[in-house]
Amino acid sequence: MDASNLVFFTLATLLVISSLLVVLLRNVVHCAMALVAALLIISIFYVILQAPMVGVLQVLVYAGAIMVLFLFVIMFLNPAPQQQSGVWLGFSGLLALLLGGVLTTLLTKAERAADPVASTVLFGSPEMLAKSLFGDFVLPFEIASVLLLVAIVGAVVLAKRERRS
Amino acid sequence: MVPLNHYLILSAIVFAIGVLGVLARRNLIVVLMSIELMLNAVNLTFIAFSRFLGSMEGQVAVFFVMAVAAAEAVIGLAIIISVFRHRQSLDPQEMQLLKW
Repeated sequence: MDASNLVFFTLATLLVISSLLVVLLRNVVHCAMALVAALLIISIFYVILQAPMVGVLQVLVYAGAIMVLFLFVIMFLNPAPQQQSGVWLGFSGLLALLLGGVLTTLLTKAERAADPVASTVLFGSPEMLAKSLFGDFVLPFEIASVLLLVAIVGAVVLAKRERRS
Repeated sequence: MVPLNHYLILSAIVFAIGVLGVLARRNLIVVLMSIELMLNAVNLTFIAFSRFLGSMEGQVAVFFVMAVAAAEAVIGLAIIISVFRHRQSLDPQEMQLLKW
C-alpha cells in the first residue's frame, strides 16, 4: 500500500467516524464540533484532489461562517446540559493528533502525480476557477448573489420579533 | 493515485450517514447539520469527478452549492428560531399541525 492510499484510508476512516458522531452524539454542541471536524477533513480531500481554492472556501465559509452561525443559534436556544467531558477530550485530542500527523506526512511527502492533468496545466488554481466562473457561468454567479440577498432579507424577516399591536 | 471509485464510495457512505441523521434525530438543529453533511458528500463527488475528468465545471458547481448551502443554513436557522419562539420545543415530532 503506497502513501497516497494510506493517507486516503486514514482520512476516510476519520471522516466516517466524525460523520457518525454528528449523527449519534446526544449533546448538540458536540455534534457541531464533530461536523467541524468532518468539514475540515473534506477540505483536505479537496486539496488532495487539486481543488485548493474550493478547499480554502470550504474552511472559510463552512467551518468558519456557517458553523459559527450554528453554534450561535445553539447557544441562543438551548444551553447544552453538562456532561462528562473526559472521553470527549480524549477523542478530540486523538483526532487532532491523527489529523496533524496526516497533514505533516502529506506536506512532507508530497509526490507529483503521474497523470496529464497534474503535470501540464494549472488545473484547479484560482485562476482557472475564476476564468470558468466569470466566463461560462456569469449568469448563475449573478443569480447566486441575488439568492444571497433574498436569504439575508428572509432571515431578518423570519427571525424578527413580532409586533403585537 | 487513489481511484475514483474510492471517493464515490466514501461520499456515498457519508451521504447515507447524513440521511440517517435527518431521519433518526429528534432535534431540528441536528437535522439541519445532517443536511449540511449530505451537501458536503455531494460536493466531494463533484470535486472527485472534476479531478478525474479534468474539467473545471465540477469546482464551479461546488462553488454554487456552497452559496446555496449558506443561504439554506441561514433561512433554516431563522425558521428554527421562529418555531422555537412559538412552541418552546425543537422536536420535529411535535410539529404535526398539517399531518393528515
